[in-house]
Amino acid sequence: MPSNERVRILVVDDEEIVRESLAGWLDKDGYLVEQAADGRSALARLGAQPFSILISDLKMPEMDGLALQAEARKLQPSLAVVIMTAYATVDTAVTAMKQGAFDYLVKPFDPEELSMMMQKIVAQQELVRENAVLRKALRKEHQLQDLASKAPAMQAVFELARTAARSSSTILILGESGAGKEVLARAIHAESPRAAGPFVEVSCAALTESLLESELFGHEKGSFTGAMARHKGKFEAAHQGTLFLDEVGDVGPKLQLDLLRVLEERRFHRIGGNEIVEVDVRIVAATNRDLQKAVASGAFREDLFYRLNVIPIRLPPLRDRREDIPLLMEHFLERLSAELGRPVDGVTPEAMNALVAHPWPGNVRELRNVLERGAVVARGPVIELADLGLELPGPTRGDAPRPGVATAPDQSLDEVERRHIIAVLAHTGFNVSQSARVLGVDRVTLYSKMRRYGLKRDGDDEPTTAPPR
Amino acid sequence: MEPITIWWIGERAMAPAVMERVQQELAQAYGVAVRCAEPPGRPSGTWDPKRRQHLTSRMLSWLLQVGPPGGKLLGLTDQDLFIPILTYVFGEAQLGGRVAVASAARLREDLGPGGEGLFMERLVKESVHELGHAYGLLHCQVPRCVMTRAAGVRDVDEKSRHLCPRCRHRLTEPGRSRHAVE
Repeated sequence: MPSNERVRILVVDDEEIVRESLAGWLDKDGYLVEQAADGRSALARLGAQPFSILISDLKMPEMDGLALQAEARKLQPSLAVVIMTAYATVDTAVTAMKQGAFDYLVKPFDPEELSMMMQKIVAQQELVRENAVLRKALRKEHQLQDLASKAPAMQAVFELARTAARSSSTILILGESGAGKEVLARAIHAESPRAAGPFVEVSCAALTESLLESELFGHEKGSFTGAMARHKGKFEAAHQGTLFLDEVGDVGPKLQLDLLRVLEERRFHRIGGNEIVEVDVRIVAATNRDLQKAVASGAFREDLFYRLNVIPIRLPPLRDRREDIPLLMEHFLERLSAELGRPVDGVTPEAMNALVAHPWPGNVRELRNVLERGAVVARGPVIELADLGLELPGPTRGDAPRPGVATAPDQSLDEVERRHIIAVLAHTGFNVSQSARVLGVDRVTLYSKMRRYGLKRDGDDEPTTAPPR
Repeated sequence: MEPITIWWIGERAMAPAVMERVQQELAQAYGVAVRCAEPPGRPSGTWDPKRRQHLTSRMLSWLLQVGPPGGKLLGLTDQDLFIPILTYVFGEAQLGGRVAVASAARLREDLGPGGEGLFMERLVKESVHELGHAYGLLHCQVPRCVMTRAAGVRDVDEKSRHLCPRCRHRLTEPGRSRHAVE
């Protein structure tokens, strides 16, 4: 049950006896009650500190309760206003409610009515507060942190995204897989005036054209085999929110036309239905394809391209902003520490060099996955190079396959062993102790095999010899 | 903790058994000496002809004027009470002050098979409740505590006649008393 101790109520009435008796009644419920004899002094109090509830008489000299309500809302928009009146008429009640009053009370009022109304307001405000806290937490989660960057190119992306978020224009996010297109789309939604509405995501590449059509527009019962009930589509689900069309470049020709229509008219029919469904949806689309090339080759409709390409935002690949890798690493390790429930303090200098040198074809998503693997397998709070499982430049022979990669069936056992040892050595940065652990042999055995296969590190003149035991 | 005096200030006579029960329960609730005494008269100037009820603030003023100088004073009445903003109240007290008043007028509503026993229970609860205010307690949100707000007889029936541990603890805190509001 919410406590009343933080609920500040302002009672406004020109009759002192009314103010006193109501304040006294509320005071005993533990509310923090203040009084004002007229609208002007009430506004002065509202300007000085926040209140949860304003209970005001309707008829007062100079400024009446409705005028006070209007001014009070400018000062404190979340204020719950209750209007008291001696003579209730439908007109005054309707006017008060229309202007945003929570409710009205006819003087004198029943104690049960007042008690229930206060409880209702307090409970509702508590819910609003909780909702705001949760939304803030959610927003923080989806903010641009996953795209943390010092790179000038990314700063320009953020600036454009923030400006675009405030408009209702369609946004097209372009970038390679794993570059953070969905994260950016969610962040745009969270920064937009539609943040309180839904964010609905559809992966256009994951479904066949007919399934995607049903997913987007919904269907009526019996419209096709298996349509057992009416199903609302993603467009309807995203009403008053944002619809994120991921991999929009993979949409087939028929659906491209349907999408074009709904983008132009903002209304559509469910599959098998006649009813026109109107939606208020902001579209954010994304693709890793070169849509202009697709338009030139006839694979993508030019008119749809221009409909989607209202505000294009291009996310640079991670390899073009390597200076961001330490920053992103810090962000992901912080999150991984919380998820794994143990400290993950950082990576060794060798691991950091490897992270910065890696080409990152899978971009930020690949970086996150590599760090996750590293955090999981690391034996201590610091991730070592071998923990990352990154493919490194090969040893001297230059023919190291990646660990775990299948070998050809025509290879001898010796050749398989040789290649596997090379792969493991490459994987561990030529750390013999670690490689021996991975291979399940002792160091002497590994040295012996390395000698046998003539494996040596760059710069070593002689094949490696085993140190004394 | 100061002793309590109970005055019957109603128009009709109240059964001595009821007064004795209230006396016993108050003594148990607050652990102080409680006595029933005869008031010097009946409240005057408290009747509001327009509302046809007694104004509690004037009741409390009258009790303060004519009551004994020390301790707490509870006036029990069969008259209906009001404060200007509400249609009725079961009682009123000076918060952290000397006097309190409780009305039996509406406590016979919907008695059902509970009869006089239920009425007596309700009067005990309202007496303990109003004196709780006089000892500085606010309304409590712990379910069934006697200090929970009762806006109707159903609320009175739902709560117990006992103080919850938190209210009991608060009674012993120094400086609990707050200034009177009426």
